[in-house]
Amino acid sequence: MRKFNIPYSFEYKSILELYADWIRDGTLKVNADWNRDLKIKFTVQDPCNIARKIGTDKIVNDLRFVLKTVVGEENVVDMVPNRSNNFCCGGGGGALQGGFPEQRRAYGKVKFDQIMETGADYVIAPCHNCHAQIEDICEHYGGEYRVVHLWTILCLAMGVLGDNERTYLGPDLAELNVLQRRVNNDE
Amino acid sequence: MDGMIQLDDMDCEFKEEILSRVPGANLDLCFTCGTCTGGCPASEQFGMDPRKFLRMLLLGMDDEVKQSPWAWVCTMCARCKTVCPMEIDIPKMIYNVRGSWPREKRPKGILGSCDQHIRTGNAMGVPSEDFAWTVEDVAEEIRNEHPGFENLQASVDRVGAVMALNQNSREPVTEPDEMGPLLKILHIAGVDWTYPTVMWGGENYCMFLADDEGWRYITEEFVYHIEHNLGCKVVINTE
Repeated sequence: MRKFNIPYSFEYKSILELYADWIRDGTLKVNADWNRDLKIKFTVQDPCNIARKIGTDKIVNDLRFVLKTVVGEENVVDMVPNRSNNFCCGGGGGALQGGFPEQRRAYGKVKFDQIMETGADYVIAPCHNCHAQIEDICEHYGGEYRVVHLWTILCLAMGVLGDNERTYLGPDLAELNVLQRRVNNDE
Repeated sequence: MDGMIQLDDMDCEFKEEILSRVPGANLDLCFTCGTCTGGCPASEQFGMDPRKFLRMLLLGMDDEVKQSPWAWVCTMCARCKTVCPMEIDIPKMIYNVRGSWPREKRPKGILGSCDQHIRTGNAMGVPSEDFAWTVEDVAEEIRNEHPGFENLQASVDRVGAVMALNQNSREPVTEPDEMGPLLKILHIAGVDWTYPTVMWGGENYCMFLADDEGWRYITEEFVYHIEHNLGCKVVINTE
């Protein structure tokens, strides 16, 4: 909108900022009790578009606040470097459909090594390009971590995640806190 | 690129062209320190790196610059620009190199997604009616089967909703169940929201394609729909 000087009057926000606001003001009642004993480790991919490219770490700090609240501060392990100094995953700029998979994966090797260094079981990737690329390099380089959306973990922590909403969770979380679905007899 | 570089003249037409479009790109200020290259994950791919790429541009090697596939391996992540002591805008240089390719020669995958977005409002080419149907279908299943969410609402194009959400087309097309958690969070938070069905896809392949015209069209249509049809006060980026 700025690029093309298109006037607009609405506010433009990231859902991550809202999650953080809702947790701070008590709208979302959520905590990390489910992970107190499990101690499942999470790391975060900072999408370039909401980290470096907006000139402030506000959103990615909100992202960390939300994640620490729902999985426990001690279970969040950051990659190095991170936030606005992060490395792009290699899936940005259209690279996933750019037609150079060999170069894209070589590019992503840095990211793969950074993730493996954290020892995390799960990578939160709040960007669809990052999500797909980080899954792809995991498979390509033989990693075992999984990539999940933050909304999945939020619902898991609130106990409202159904069995049909766990595509990206591993066996360790497949049966934890499952919202029991109502059986519809009339169908 | 091995061997001696042959320069017929030092005419830097392409550099001047880019600078006319991006006056603040500072392309002439490079003193080849290499900080960009040291922190660039695309360095060495196709034997190229940001410093070398810029140097070629500054030497007037326009054909080589315009033909290098490296412009599509760089992800325009802007790490180079952020650390550059001379504040040279390498990502904008790359964007303009991409834009110098004949449109039909640009990567097919990106081109196809951009064209779909212009035509249907999302990169996967889903008709708006199908998107609206999927949204309601997911919401209805949650209302029926997920205890505690009997009153969950999900709407499209609801005039006067406070918030408009964009949505990457991947979920409604390939994994609609993945939309559920977000709908639940919005329900619990009591948000007054709706999905627009005009240019609703959260992705932006026309930007990746360096198709200014397509990108502008998508943005204008989206903004018009939000401002004039729906009147939403906030637009939420869900990724």
